[in-house]
Amino acid sequence: MSVLEFIIEVAGTYVATIAFGILINIPRRALNVGGWIGVLGYVLYRFTVLWGGGYVIGNLLGAVAIGVASLQAAKLKKMPMILFNIPAIVPLVPGGQAYQMIKNFALGNNSTALVFLLQVVMISGAIAFGFLLSELVNRIQRRFWRHRKRL
Amino acid sequence: MSSQKKRDQLILHTALTAGRIMIENGSEIERVEDTMTRIAHNAGAQTSQLFVMITGILMAINGEVGAQIEPVKRRTFDLEKIAVVNDLSRQYADHKIDLRQFADRLDHLDSVSRYFPFWLQLVAAAMVSGPLEVVFRHNLPDFWITCLVGMLGWWVYYVLNKYIQIRFLSEFTAAAAIGVMAVVFVHMGLGNSVDDIIIGSVMPLVPGVPITNSVRDILAGNLVSGPARGVEALVSAAAIGFGIAMVLQFL
Repeated sequence: MSVLEFIIEVAGTYVATIAFGILINIPRRALNVGGWIGVLGYVLYRFTVLWGGGYVIGNLLGAVAIGVASLQAAKLKKMPMILFNIPAIVPLVPGGQAYQMIKNFALGNNSTALVFLLQVVMISGAIAFGFLLSELVNRIQRRFWRHRKRL
Repeated sequence: MSSQKKRDQLILHTALTAGRIMIENGSEIERVEDTMTRIAHNAGAQTSQLFVMITGILMAINGEVGAQIEPVKRRTFDLEKIAVVNDLSRQYADHKIDLRQFADRLDHLDSVSRYFPFWLQLVAAAMVSGPLEVVFRHNLPDFWITCLVGMLGWWVYYVLNKYIQIRFLSEFTAAAAIGVMAVVFVHMGLGNSVDDIIIGSVMPLVPGVPITNSVRDILAGNLVSGPARGVEALVSAAAIGFGIAMVLQFL
């Protein structure tokens, strides 16, 4: 992956995240931060895949980063967390694999379709589990701060 | 005694309206419960009992006999309203507005919808489709045609959604239209790859809100609402998939 390709990918992710935010009517002052959280999640995913971590681990790490970063943004901006993490997961959605699955089922190549179905299930599961892990981090952090305050 | 009852009535009305607006526009259940409890607590109710589901809310305060029900009938994605309710609740907690003002503003919020203008939504749909096609498939020559197909697909979805008001059918039709347009444009020589154009163009239709909320609801222990939203996301995805598959069958 050349530097130019990387820049194009980052710019594309940023623009697409913000544009998806506009489609679900996210308040204007949350759009920019949401875009950067989307970029963060995607870059983490991309580098994990590039360095041989596999797409499941990549999606997992991306989802964890998105979950943790969204909570920080929510605290900072005093806005609900879902404004930041819903647009940010859009670049991680397994659109390509889902399309290949549908296409191969429609054309009757069931064994190829099942391979893609498995990938879609694995990636969706990884994203869901990533959100679970980020929730864990968030709860530990909350507990920690409460503890510090009491002291 | 009667003024106390009126006050309780107002607390219930405010909390229930806030909850209904949030669920209608795509909030997760835990946030709704949290906001409603806070409103009741800040308004001076000693106790509050809540039962929040994706299709309706039940609430009682101070352990009195009259619990009230608020059905949730519509379901759209308008996250700005959730942010506004959240903001109002914070202002009320800081004593910047009183309960009466809070209730009035909620009723007002309920009746107006402040979406981005339609042309901006079309541009946004184009800007979801094209860049994601490049990010996923690295197919730079098809960027502009994907933008165009994605934009027209969103236009079909938006118009149908306005008139027939069944989201799954609009998604199905929009996906089928995207498939047909992609095939036609490639046939005319305006694009190179049908696959890449379709993958990019259906991205604006992805049910991002139900997917995320479903996961969060299940994690929070709402074992009825979470899977219900999961089914919503699954039906949307299936509608889009069938739309595309139908076109590919007749190629």
